[in-house]
Amino acid sequence: MKAGIVRFPGSNCDEDAYHAVADILGQEAVYLWHKDHDLQGVDLVILPGGFSYGDYLRAGAIARFSPIMQEVVQHAKRGGLVLGICNGFQIACEAGLLPGALLRNNTLRFVSAPVALRVESIATKFTSQYHVGQVISIPVAHGDGRYTADGDTLARLEGEGHVVFRYVTADGEATDSANPNGSLRNIAGIVNAHGNVLGMMPHPERAMEPALGSTDGLPLFQSILESMLGGVQA
Amino acid sequence: MTRFRCAVHIVPRRGILDPQGKAVSDALHSLGFAAVSDVRVGRYVVVDTTAESEEAARAAVKAMCEKLLANPVTEDYDIASVERA
Repeated sequence: MKAGIVRFPGSNCDEDAYHAVADILGQEAVYLWHKDHDLQGVDLVILPGGFSYGDYLRAGAIARFSPIMQEVVQHAKRGGLVLGICNGFQIACEAGLLPGALLRNNTLRFVSAPVALRVESIATKFTSQYHVGQVISIPVAHGDGRYTADGDTLARLEGEGHVVFRYVTADGEATDSANPNGSLRNIAGIVNAHGNVLGMMPHPERAMEPALGSTDGLPLFQSILESMLGGVQA
Repeated sequence: MTRFRCAVHIVPRRGILDPQGKAVSDALHSLGFAAVSDVRVGRYVVVDTTAESEEAARAAVKAMCEKLLANPVTEDYDIASVERA
Protein backbone atom coordinates (compact mmCIF):
# COMPACT_ATOMS: atom_id res chain seq x y z
CA MET A 1 0.00 0.00 0.00
CA LYS A 2 1.17 3.52 -0.74
CA ALA A 3 -0.11 6.34 1.43
CA GLY A 4 0.16 10.05 0.70
CA ILE A 5 0.13 12.51 3.58
CA VAL A 6 -0.92 16.00 2.54
CA ARG A 7 1.12 18.84 3.97
CA PHE A 8 -0.64 22.17 4.26
CA PRO A 9 0.98 25.22 5.81
CA GLY A 10 0.14 24.63 9.47
CA SER A 11 -0.17 20.84 9.35
CA ASN A 12 1.52 19.43 12.45
CA CYS A 13 0.53 15.76 12.59
CA ASP A 14 1.97 14.93 9.18
CA GLU A 15 5.09 13.30 10.61
CA ASP A 16 3.03 11.28 13.10
CA ALA A 17 0.95 9.93 10.21
CA TYR A 18 4.10 9.20 8.19
CA HIS A 19 5.61 7.34 11.16
CA ALA A 20 2.41 5.33 11.61
CA VAL A 21 2.34 4.19 7.97
CA ALA A 22 6.04 3.82 7.22
CA ASP A 23 7.56 2.69 10.51
CA ILE A 24 4.72 0.91 12.31
CA LEU A 25 2.72 -0.47 9.39
CA GLY A 26 5.82 -0.98 7.21
CA GLN A 27 4.16 0.48 4.10
CA GLU A 28 5.26 3.09 1.62
CA ALA A 29 4.47 6.68 2.59
CA VAL A 30 5.06 9.95 0.77
CA TYR A 31 4.31 13.57 1.58
CA LEU A 32 2.05 15.47 -0.81
CA TRP A 33 2.62 19.22 -0.97
CA HIS A 34 -0.56 21.29 -0.89
CA LYS A 35 0.44 23.27 -4.00
CA ASP A 36 0.98 20.15 -6.11
CA HIS A 37 -1.54 18.46 -8.36
CA ASP A 38 0.15 15.06 -8.33
CA LEU A 39 -1.07 12.36 -5.95
CA GLN A 40 1.92 10.21 -6.97
CA GLY A 41 -0.29 7.17 -7.44
CA VAL A 42 -1.14 6.72 -3.75
CA ASP A 43 -3.87 4.31 -2.63
CA LEU A 44 -4.67 6.21 0.55
CA VAL A 45 -4.70 9.96 1.12
CA ILE A 46 -4.29 11.09 4.72
CA LEU A 47 -5.38 14.63 5.58
CA PRO A 48 -3.44 15.08 8.82
CA GLY A 49 -4.15 17.09 11.93
CA GLY A 50 -2.92 20.59 12.56
CA PHE A 51 -4.00 24.15 11.94
CA SER A 52 -3.92 24.50 8.18
CA TYR A 53 -3.79 28.15 7.15
CA GLY A 54 -3.98 29.09 10.82
CA ASP A 55 -7.64 28.02 10.99
CA TYR A 56 -8.36 31.43 9.43
CA LEU A 57 -12.04 32.08 8.67
CA ARG A 58 -13.05 28.56 9.79
CA ALA A 59 -10.99 25.45 10.46
CA GLY A 60 -10.33 23.80 7.09
CA ALA A 61 -12.08 26.51 5.07
CA ILE A 62 -9.00 27.72 3.18
CA ALA A 63 -7.24 24.36 2.88
CA ARG A 64 -10.07 22.93 0.84
CA PHE A 65 -9.16 25.29 -2.01
CA SER A 66 -5.54 24.09 -2.14
CA PRO A 67 -4.51 22.69 -5.54
CA ILE A 68 -3.93 19.22 -4.07
CA MET A 69 -7.50 19.12 -2.71
CA GLN A 70 -8.91 19.14 -6.23
CA GLU A 71 -7.00 15.91 -6.81
CA VAL A 72 -8.04 14.50 -3.43
CA VAL A 73 -11.70 15.12 -4.29
CA GLN A 74 -11.25 13.36 -7.65
CA HIS A 75 -9.44 10.48 -5.89
CA ALA A 76 -12.41 10.15 -3.51
CA LYS A 77 -14.88 10.26 -6.40
CA ARG A 78 -13.01 7.38 -8.03
CA GLY A 79 -13.49 5.40 -4.81
CA GLY A 80 -9.97 6.02 -3.49
CA LEU A 81 -9.49 5.97 0.27
CA VAL A 82 -9.25 9.22 2.22
CA LEU A 83 -8.59 9.40 5.97
CA GLY A 84 -9.19 12.81 7.52
CA ILE A 85 -7.88 13.13 11.06
CA CYS A 86 -8.80 16.13 13.25
CA ASN A 87 -8.03 19.15 11.03
CA GLY A 88 -8.26 16.65 8.16
CA PHE A 89 -11.84 15.85 9.21
CA GLN A 90 -12.61 19.57 9.23
CA ILE A 91 -11.09 19.95 5.77
CA ALA A 92 -13.02 16.94 4.44
CA CYS A 93 -16.28 18.47 5.67
CA GLU A 94 -15.45 21.87 4.18
CA ALA A 95 -14.58 20.17 0.88
CA GLY A 96 -17.93 18.39 0.82
CA LEU A 97 -16.35 14.93 1.07
CA LEU A 98 -18.30 14.39 4.28
CA PRO A 99 -21.57 15.95 5.48
CA GLY A 100 -21.81 18.36 8.40
CA ALA A 101 -19.31 20.68 10.06
CA LEU A 102 -17.01 20.87 13.09
CA LEU A 103 -17.69 23.83 15.35
CA ARG A 104 -16.06 25.35 18.45
CA ASN A 105 -16.10 22.95 21.41
CA ASN A 106 -19.13 23.63 23.59
CA THR A 107 -16.75 24.10 26.55
CA LEU A 108 -14.87 26.83 24.60
CA ARG A 109 -11.71 25.02 25.69
CA PHE A 110 -9.07 23.20 23.70
CA VAL A 111 -9.21 19.57 24.81
CA SER A 112 -6.10 17.36 24.73
CA ALA A 113 -6.67 13.99 26.38
CA PRO A 114 -7.20 10.31 25.71
CA VAL A 115 -10.89 9.58 25.19
CA ALA A 116 -12.94 6.40 25.05
CA LEU A 117 -14.58 5.65 21.71
CA ARG A 118 -17.11 2.99 20.84
CA VAL A 119 -16.70 1.33 17.45
CA GLU A 120 -20.16 1.58 15.88
CA SER A 121 -19.49 -0.08 12.54
CA ILE A 122 -16.91 -2.56 11.30
CA ALA A 123 -18.45 -2.74 7.83
CA THR A 124 -16.00 -0.15 6.56
CA LYS A 125 -12.56 -0.31 4.98
CA PHE A 126 -11.22 1.49 8.05
CA THR A 127 -12.60 -0.59 10.90
CA SER A 128 -12.80 -4.27 9.88
CA GLN A 129 -10.14 -5.22 12.43
CA TYR A 130 -12.20 -3.99 15.40
CA HIS A 131 -15.42 -5.54 16.67
CA VAL A 132 -18.75 -3.80 16.98
CA GLY A 133 -19.23 -2.18 20.36
CA GLN A 134 -15.52 -2.36 21.18
CA VAL A 135 -14.41 0.50 23.42
CA ILE A 136 -11.00 1.89 22.46
CA SER A 137 -8.77 4.64 23.83
CA ILE A 138 -7.55 7.25 21.33
CA PRO A 139 -6.31 10.78 22.10
CA VAL A 140 -8.08 13.93 20.97
CA ALA A 141 -6.47 17.39 20.67
CA HIS A 142 -8.75 20.06 19.27
CA GLY A 143 -10.62 23.28 19.89
CA ASP A 144 -13.14 22.88 17.09
CA GLY A 145 -14.46 19.34 17.28
CA ARG A 146 -18.18 19.70 17.85
CA TYR A 147 -19.75 17.66 15.07
CA THR A 148 -22.90 19.35 13.80
CA ALA A 149 -25.31 18.51 11.00
CA ASP A 150 -28.99 19.08 10.34
CA GLY A 151 -31.59 16.58 11.51
CA ASP A 152 -32.03 14.90 8.13
CA THR A 153 -28.29 14.37 7.75
CA LEU A 154 -27.99 12.92 11.26
CA ALA A 155 -30.89 10.56 10.60
CA ARG A 156 -29.28 9.42 7.35
CA LEU A 157 -25.88 8.90 8.99
CA GLU A 158 -27.43 6.84 11.76
CA GLY A 159 -29.84 4.96 9.51
CA GLU A 160 -27.21 3.95 7.02
CA GLY A 161 -24.60 3.03 9.60
CA HIS A 162 -22.20 5.81 8.69
CA VAL A 163 -21.45 6.83 12.27
CA VAL A 164 -18.23 4.91 12.89
CA PHE A 165 -17.00 6.17 16.27
CA ARG A 166 -18.85 7.70 19.22
CA TYR A 167 -17.51 9.29 22.41
CA VAL A 168 -18.44 7.07 25.35
CA THR A 169 -17.63 6.36 28.98
CA ALA A 170 -15.19 3.57 29.83
CA ASP A 171 -18.28 1.37 30.10
CA GLY A 172 -19.32 2.22 26.57
CA GLU A 173 -22.20 4.58 27.38
CA ALA A 174 -22.67 7.61 25.13
CA THR A 175 -23.31 10.18 27.86
CA ASP A 176 -22.92 13.97 27.89
CA SER A 177 -20.07 13.71 30.37
CA ALA A 178 -18.16 11.42 27.99
CA ASN A 179 -18.57 13.93 25.16
CA PRO A 180 -15.46 16.17 25.07
CA ASN A 181 -16.81 18.83 22.72
CA GLY A 182 -20.60 18.74 22.53
CA SER A 183 -20.76 16.77 19.27
CA LEU A 184 -24.33 15.93 18.31
CA ARG A 185 -25.11 12.31 19.23
CA ASN A 186 -21.55 12.00 20.60
CA ILE A 187 -20.29 11.56 17.03
CA ALA A 188 -16.49 11.27 16.83
CA GLY A 189 -16.11 9.84 13.33
CA ILE A 190 -18.18 9.22 10.19
CA VAL A 191 -17.80 7.70 6.74
CA ASN A 192 -19.30 8.97 3.50
CA ALA A 193 -22.07 7.15 1.66
CA HIS A 194 -19.60 5.12 -0.40
CA GLY A 195 -17.54 4.18 2.64
CA ASN A 196 -14.22 5.33 1.18
CA VAL A 197 -13.80 8.57 3.15
CA LEU A 198 -13.46 8.48 6.96
CA GLY A 199 -13.31 11.63 9.05
CA MET A 200 -12.57 11.52 12.77
CA MET A 201 -11.51 14.04 15.40
CA PRO A 202 -9.47 11.57 17.54
CA HIS A 203 -5.91 10.74 16.45
CA PRO A 204 -5.42 7.02 15.71
CA GLU A 205 -1.88 7.76 14.47
CA ARG A 206 -0.99 8.78 18.03
CA ALA A 207 -2.13 5.43 19.41
CA MET A 208 0.06 3.02 17.48
CA GLU A 209 2.64 1.72 19.93
CA PRO A 210 2.84 0.96 23.67
CA ALA A 211 5.19 3.89 24.32
CA LEU A 212 2.35 6.23 23.36
CA GLY A 213 0.00 4.77 25.94
CA SER A 214 -2.36 3.02 23.54
CA THR A 215 -2.17 0.76 20.51
CA ASP A 216 -5.88 1.06 19.76
CA GLY A 217 -5.24 3.06 16.59
CA LEU A 218 -3.27 0.22 15.03
CA PRO A 219 -6.30 -1.87 13.95
CA LEU A 220 -7.58 1.14 11.96
CA PHE A 221 -4.43 1.23 9.84
CA GLN A 222 -4.39 -2.59 9.65
CA SER A 223 -8.01 -2.47 8.41
CA ILE A 224 -7.00 -0.10 5.61
CA LEU A 225 -4.13 -2.39 4.66
CA GLU A 226 -6.44 -5.41 4.76
CA SER A 227 -8.92 -3.70 2.44
CA MET A 228 -6.07 -2.93 0.03
CA LEU A 229 -5.16 -6.58 -0.08
CA GLY A 230 -8.71 -7.27 -1.22
CA GLY A 231 -9.74 -9.11 1.88
CA VAL A 232 -12.57 -6.89 3.01
CA GLN A 233 -15.27 -5.17 1.02
CA ALA A 234 -17.12 -2.31 2.69
CA MET B 1 -15.07 49.21 -13.53
CA THR B 2 -15.98 50.83 -10.25
CA ARG B 3 -14.51 50.17 -6.84
CA PHE B 4 -16.92 48.96 -4.17
CA ARG B 5 -16.58 48.30 -0.47
CA CYS B 6 -18.85 45.44 0.60
CA ALA B 7 -19.59 44.46 4.20
CA VAL B 8 -20.98 41.10 5.25
CA HIS B 9 -22.26 39.84 8.60
CA ILE B 10 -21.90 36.11 9.23
CA VAL B 11 -23.54 34.57 12.29
CA PRO B 12 -24.16 31.06 13.62
CA ARG B 13 -27.57 29.89 12.44
CA ARG B 14 -30.36 30.02 15.01
CA GLY B 15 -30.92 26.64 16.59
CA ILE B 16 -27.22 25.75 16.45
CA LEU B 17 -25.48 26.02 19.79
CA ASP B 18 -23.19 29.06 19.90
CA PRO B 19 -21.05 28.62 23.02
CA GLN B 20 -19.33 31.98 22.50
CA GLY B 21 -22.69 33.71 22.35
CA LYS B 22 -23.81 31.80 25.43
CA ALA B 23 -20.69 32.87 27.36
CA VAL B 24 -21.22 36.52 26.36
CA SER B 25 -24.91 36.29 27.27
CA ASP B 26 -24.04 34.90 30.70
CA ALA B 27 -21.50 37.70 31.23
CA LEU B 28 -24.05 40.34 30.24
CA HIS B 29 -26.54 38.86 32.69
CA SER B 30 -23.99 38.98 35.49
CA LEU B 31 -23.34 42.65 34.60
CA GLY B 32 -27.00 43.37 35.17
CA PHE B 33 -28.30 43.33 31.59
CA ALA B 34 -31.10 41.01 32.64
CA ALA B 35 -33.19 41.82 29.58
CA VAL B 36 -30.74 40.11 27.22
CA SER B 37 -32.39 36.97 25.87
CA ASP B 38 -29.88 35.76 23.27
CA VAL B 39 -26.41 36.57 21.95
CA ARG B 40 -24.71 35.11 18.92
CA VAL B 41 -21.12 35.92 18.04
CA GLY B 42 -20.18 35.99 14.37
CA ARG B 43 -17.83 37.70 11.94
CA TYR B 44 -17.87 40.97 10.06
CA VAL B 45 -16.03 40.79 6.74
CA VAL B 46 -15.21 43.83 4.58
CA VAL B 47 -14.34 43.11 0.94
CA ASP B 48 -12.96 45.74 -1.43
CA THR B 49 -13.57 44.79 -5.03
CA THR B 50 -14.22 46.21 -8.47
CA ALA B 51 -17.38 45.54 -10.41
CA GLU B 52 -19.32 46.96 -13.32
CA SER B 53 -22.25 47.96 -11.15
CA GLU B 54 -23.56 47.82 -7.62
CA GLU B 55 -25.73 44.87 -8.62
CA ALA B 56 -22.72 43.03 -10.01
CA ALA B 57 -20.73 43.74 -6.84
CA ARG B 58 -23.59 42.46 -4.71
CA ALA B 59 -23.90 39.30 -6.81
CA ALA B 60 -20.15 38.70 -6.52
CA VAL B 61 -20.20 39.08 -2.74
CA LYS B 62 -23.17 36.72 -2.52
CA ALA B 63 -21.17 34.12 -4.47
CA MET B 64 -18.16 34.70 -2.17
CA CYS B 65 -20.37 34.07 0.86
CA GLU B 66 -21.77 30.87 -0.56
CA LYS B 67 -18.40 29.52 -1.71
CA LEU B 68 -16.15 30.53 1.16
CA LEU B 69 -17.07 33.27 3.62
CA ALA B 70 -19.97 31.44 5.27
CA ASN B 71 -20.45 27.73 5.93
CA PRO B 72 -23.86 26.84 4.48
CA VAL B 73 -24.25 24.04 7.04
CA THR B 74 -24.00 26.20 10.14
CA GLU B 75 -24.01 29.90 9.33
CA ASP B 76 -26.24 32.60 7.89
CA TYR B 77 -24.90 35.67 6.15
CA ASP B 78 -26.30 39.09 5.48
CA ILE B 79 -24.81 41.59 3.05
CA ALA B 80 -24.87 44.69 5.23
CA SER B 81 -23.73 47.21 2.64
CA VAL B 82 -22.33 47.65 -0.86
CA GLU B 83 -20.94 51.14 -1.37
CA ARG B 84 -18.83 52.91 -3.96
CA ALA B 85 -15.33 53.22 -2.53
